Order: sequence, then C-alpha cells, then structure tokens
Amino acid sequence: MATVRYERRIKASPDTVWNLVRDPRSIPEWFPGITSCDVEGKVRTIHLANGISMPEEIIISDDLLRRFAYRVTSPLYRSHLGTIDVIEIGPKDSLCIYSTTAEPDVLALVIGGGSAGALDEIQRLAEEQEGK
Amino acid sequence: MGRKILFITTDQQRFDTIGVNGGVYSRTPVVDKLANDGIRYTRAQPASVVCMPSRSSMLTGQFPTRHGAWMNGVPLRVDAPSVAAALHDEGYKTSIIGKAHFEPFLDVFGRFTENSLSSLGVPTVEQPWYDGRRGVHRGFDHLEMATHGAAGMLHYARWISQNHPEMLGAFYQVLDGDLNVNALGGGDTDAPQVKHNPIPKEWYHTDWVADRTIAWLDSLEADADWFCWMSFPDPHHPWDPPQSELGRVNWRDVDLPAGYEPDREKRETLLDQKARHWRMWYDGELVSNYEAPAKWVPATLTADQIREVNALNAIEIELIDEAIGRVLKTIEARGWDDDVDIIFTTDHGEFQGDFGLLFKGPYHVDSLMRLPLIWRPAPSSGVTPAVVDAPVSLVSLAATFMSVAGAAQPEWAEAPALPVSNEDAAARKFDATVTEWDSALFGVDVHVRSVVTDQWLFTRYGEGYAHDGTEGELYSLGDDPLQRVNRFADPSLAAVREELQARLDTHEARPGVGENDGVLVAPV
Repeated sequence: MATVRYERRIKASPDTVWNLVRDPRSIPEWFPGITSCDVEGKVRTIHLANGISMPEEIIISDDLLRRFAYRVTSPLYRSHLGTIDVIEIGPKDSLCIYSTTAEPDVLALVIGGGSAGALDEIQRLAEEQEGK
Repeated sequence: MGRKILFITTDQQRFDTIGVNGGVYSRTPVVDKLANDGIRYTRAQPASVVCMPSRSSMLTGQFPTRHGAWMNGVPLRVDAPSVAAALHDEGYKTSIIGKAHFEPFLDVFGRFTENSLSSLGVPTVEQPWYDGRRGVHRGFDHLEMATHGAAGMLHYARWISQNHPEMLGAFYQVLDGDLNVNALGGGDTDAPQVKHNPIPKEWYHTDWVADRTIAWLDSLEADADWFCWMSFPDPHHPWDPPQSELGRVNWRDVDLPAGYEPDREKRETLLDQKARHWRMWYDGELVSNYEAPAKWVPATLTADQIREVNALNAIEIELIDEAIGRVLKTIEARGWDDDVDIIFTTDHGEFQGDFGLLFKGPYHVDSLMRLPLIWRPAPSSGVTPAVVDAPVSLVSLAATFMSVAGAAQPEWAEAPALPVSNEDAAARKFDATVTEWDSALFGVDVHVRSVVTDQWLFTRYGEGYAHDGTEGELYSLGDDPLQRVNRFADPSLAAVREELQARLDTHEARPGVGENDGVLVAPV
C-alpha cells in the first residue's frame, strides 16, 4: 500500500474552494480525464475520456471539516482511499490537500498524478471565482 | 515541392543488431541498403536510455533537463517545442504512427491526449483539438498509436479488440497483478518477458504500423510535402513475436554475446568495478527503475535464456526490416523515392545479456547508449554516402529534419543538424555527446550524467539513494570496447577526468536547465 499526497496553496477563501469539491457531481469540472459522472446515493460512477467507467463509493462530504473522502471500488484496485481536505489559512488563503492511498502501490502514483492535475484545476477555478 | 521525410524508429534496439553494423542473426537487407546508400553513424547516442525522455528529445531537439520530461512517467508538456509543429508550419503534412510515448501509458483516467484519441476513432484535423494551424496534437495532423501488445487504450489495442478479440490474450502480459513490469517467464527457457505468441504475423503490431503508414501515405496528394514518424514498438520487451516466425532464428544456434562473461565469479568482479547500484540490481537488492521487472533477479539469468531472448529479438528486428521494405515500395510506387529522406534509429539500447543483465536502467554503457542511426538523404539532394564515426546525438534530429525542409535550426533546438561526413563533423566540432538520467520512484532516486568522446566514456553519479556523489566510471572506448575495466580511479587519467568533467559541467550550465521540469504522475 502506498500513499501519494499533493497540496496547493490557493488564493481564495476556504468556502470557495470547498464549494467546488463538496458536491460529488462536480468532479468532471475539475478532474482532468473525467468527462461525466452519475451519482445515486453513495455510489458515484465516473466516465473517463478513454471510454472506461469506474464505480466509486462516497464515504463522506463533511461541510464542517471541509473533508471529502471516497473509494474507487473497481476490481483494478485492491484498496483505495481518496481524501480532499480544505484548510483555512486566512480569509482568502487556503490549503487544499489531495491524498491517495492505494494498493497496488503503482496505482497510488497514477491516481496521485491525476489528483495533481485536479488541484491545478481547483486552484484555477477558485482563484477565478474570487477574482470576479 | 520539397523533400519529404520518413522517420523510422524502433524501440530498445542495440547498435549491433543490424547487418551493416555487424549483426549476424537478423537479416536486415532493407536497412542495410539505406545505410549503404546514405550515411551510417557509428557512434550515435540518445539523450536518455529510457523511452519518454529520449523520444521527447527527438521531438523537441532538447535534452531532458531542458524539455522537462526527465523520466518515464513525466509527461512532456503540451506546449513543448515540436519539430512536427515546425514542419507543419513549413507546409508539411505530419503524422506519427506507432509508438509515441511523450505521455504516460499508465493513465487510468485517459487524461492524456495520446491515450484518449483512440476512443474517438482515427483523429483528423476535423476534430476538436485542431487549432487551425498545428495539427491534432503536438503538430501531428494524424496520429495512430500502438505499444507493446493489445492491452490498453491505443489504436492498435482497439483494432485488435474490435477485429480479432480472440487475440487479446495472445500477447505476453507486460504488467503483473501489482502493475509492475512482469517477471513471469515463458518460451522454451522460462526467460522473463518471453512468450510464444499465437497471433498471425499479419495482425502483429509491426505489420499494423506498416499497414497504417501505407494507408496514410496513400491518402496524400502526389505533390504534398510530408513528415511521417513511423514508430515500431519492437524489439522492446516483451519478446513475443508471432510464433509462426520462430523458425527464422533457432535460439539454440545463437552464441552468447561478447559482453556476457560466462564465468559467474568473473562476471560479478566486473560488476563490482562499477558504481554500486549495478551489483545491487544484479543481486536483487535494488530495482532502481520501473523499466525492469520488480521481482526478477538478474543473477538468475541463464545462458540459454540470453540465447532465447536474443533470438526473439532478432526475429522482431527482421519483421521490422520487412515491414519497412513494404512501406518503401509504396513510396516508390507513388514516385516519391527520389525526394524522400529516410532516417532510421531507435530510442535507446538493451543489455541483451551484457554483464548478465537484461532490459535497461541507469547504466550508461554501449549496450544502452550506442544506437543504430542511418540517414538516407533524398537521392535528389546529391549527398555522398558516408560513414560518420564522430559522436552524434539524437538531439540533433530535430534540426536535421528542419534542414531537410530547407529551414534553419530552430532557436529552441539545442543541437545542430547531423553531420554528413567525418570532415563535416570535424569542421562543425562534433566531438562529444551527453546522455542524462534522472529518476525518483518510491524513494529511490538516481542521477547520472555521461559524456562520450571518440576515446572515452565518462560517467558521474549525483547524490541519490545508492550514491554519495563521488562515484563515477571511465572507460577507454579504444582499449575496452565492452566497458569492462572502470578506470575512474586511475591516477594516470586525472587530466582526462578533469577535461571530461568540465564538459559535463558545461552541459549542466546550459540556459534553461531545470526550468521546465515536469511532475511524475505515473511509473511509465
């Protein structure tokens, strides 16, 4: 099992950043390669640019902690846990941490690589919103 | 109408595997003829000994420390320079057919364009990426991708899946259940990454690459200027050519390579002279890079396994030669031959049993660094056939393609066009080339720089997981062509070391070094 963690310091309020990621349906807006998704209860199915679909279980979307956590339940993964935490640094200053723990280890690197791209998008969207 | 360019690459092919370079097991009459009619380079060197950085250097004309794809798994940034884009700007139709690998293969989200293109069919300039000027992606108008088998999401895999689904399991399974490079043995000797593949030759990726290249060429107007990068995935492992072809080379008739020391004690003594990660890998104590099977211990490699791997390698090279021959016939039939420049090379070498090793990694010796490179200029250009012995780098390819198109060396290209003779090389001071290696995977980092001159191969190791920054290797290419005797600590060679170190220092002090370093997002 391996963990890969990326973080971004974002010049936007934590609420702005959190509002981007808290809704499970929002993921196609900020995760590169995910073109759409379906959400039914705790199950989210993501549809990818390569034509593949992957099921996930939403574990928590906690407005108080500003923590989103989910698992990929595809058989490709022996285990997976993804978490996104938004931490307040200042009124317009946030730290967004995207952590991936997975087995096989290689998948942590691959998903983690995707999450680095996702953080780029989250940062861009949040800073654009606050710039308006 | 100008000169057209057919750029042919293979993957992981050593210098000595084609007939004109002394190869004895593959029959390569097509490539040999190109060499005899054109310019054969005897000391061509990649910018890196793994795929993504090396291929990115061919496309960008830059070393990895400049273009930023510094190891496999680090994508080349989309706005990196591209000779395909520059040729597109010169009015060329551009294509890449076969293995690109500027972006990671292990891409579960399909977020990289190379991996997502096939879900849209064969990409064309009518599709959304086309910006009206620079082709679908990285300057290529047309992309059809393949890699080492039928798994994954590239065009060849999709073609097999749609047309010959019964063959999906025919190839060797490249990755194991942990998604590491598979150590599973096969064939007659249980050699790693070997399988007898039931796929018919006509459906194998070598023929597919040639077929798709021919189809693209046939789609062009007669007066078009074009640049086609035809990129064969072989003879890179896995070694699983169509089993119908196994009779071409009987592995039992294959001699052990000169670089293999059959006496175990002597072999290990050779390894012990080198930087410590060599022996650590051999003993199974450290797999420093993803490209070698994580669960394979080189010390277990047998002489017969080397023979079988090298026989299968030779078969794959023969199939490539025949596929190239078919493409050249198409070019001839179109009446283009007199105006086509053909360049043949590969991205890096392969141990093939040298020092008791297979595959590749941060080991800068001729097995991995000395490559076949042949340039058959368009006959209409009047270039005299030649053999060039000066050290040249594949980083020169981008400027070479531009020179064929009649354009100047782009400002972003770090190396000038290839010399056309030894005299030209001397006049333009082609006297040394550099190969880089940087990797950092799951806490193991390795940093290597090597410079090759006509006399010496000098390597320095930066501080990393297995090195403290003081290690090095120095080989006399004239006295020790197999690089068996490390003279790094020889006090009589202090001046040589100093001069070669100065060359590496100059290389590291180039403008722009490290400014574009990308992020590792996959192991390959």
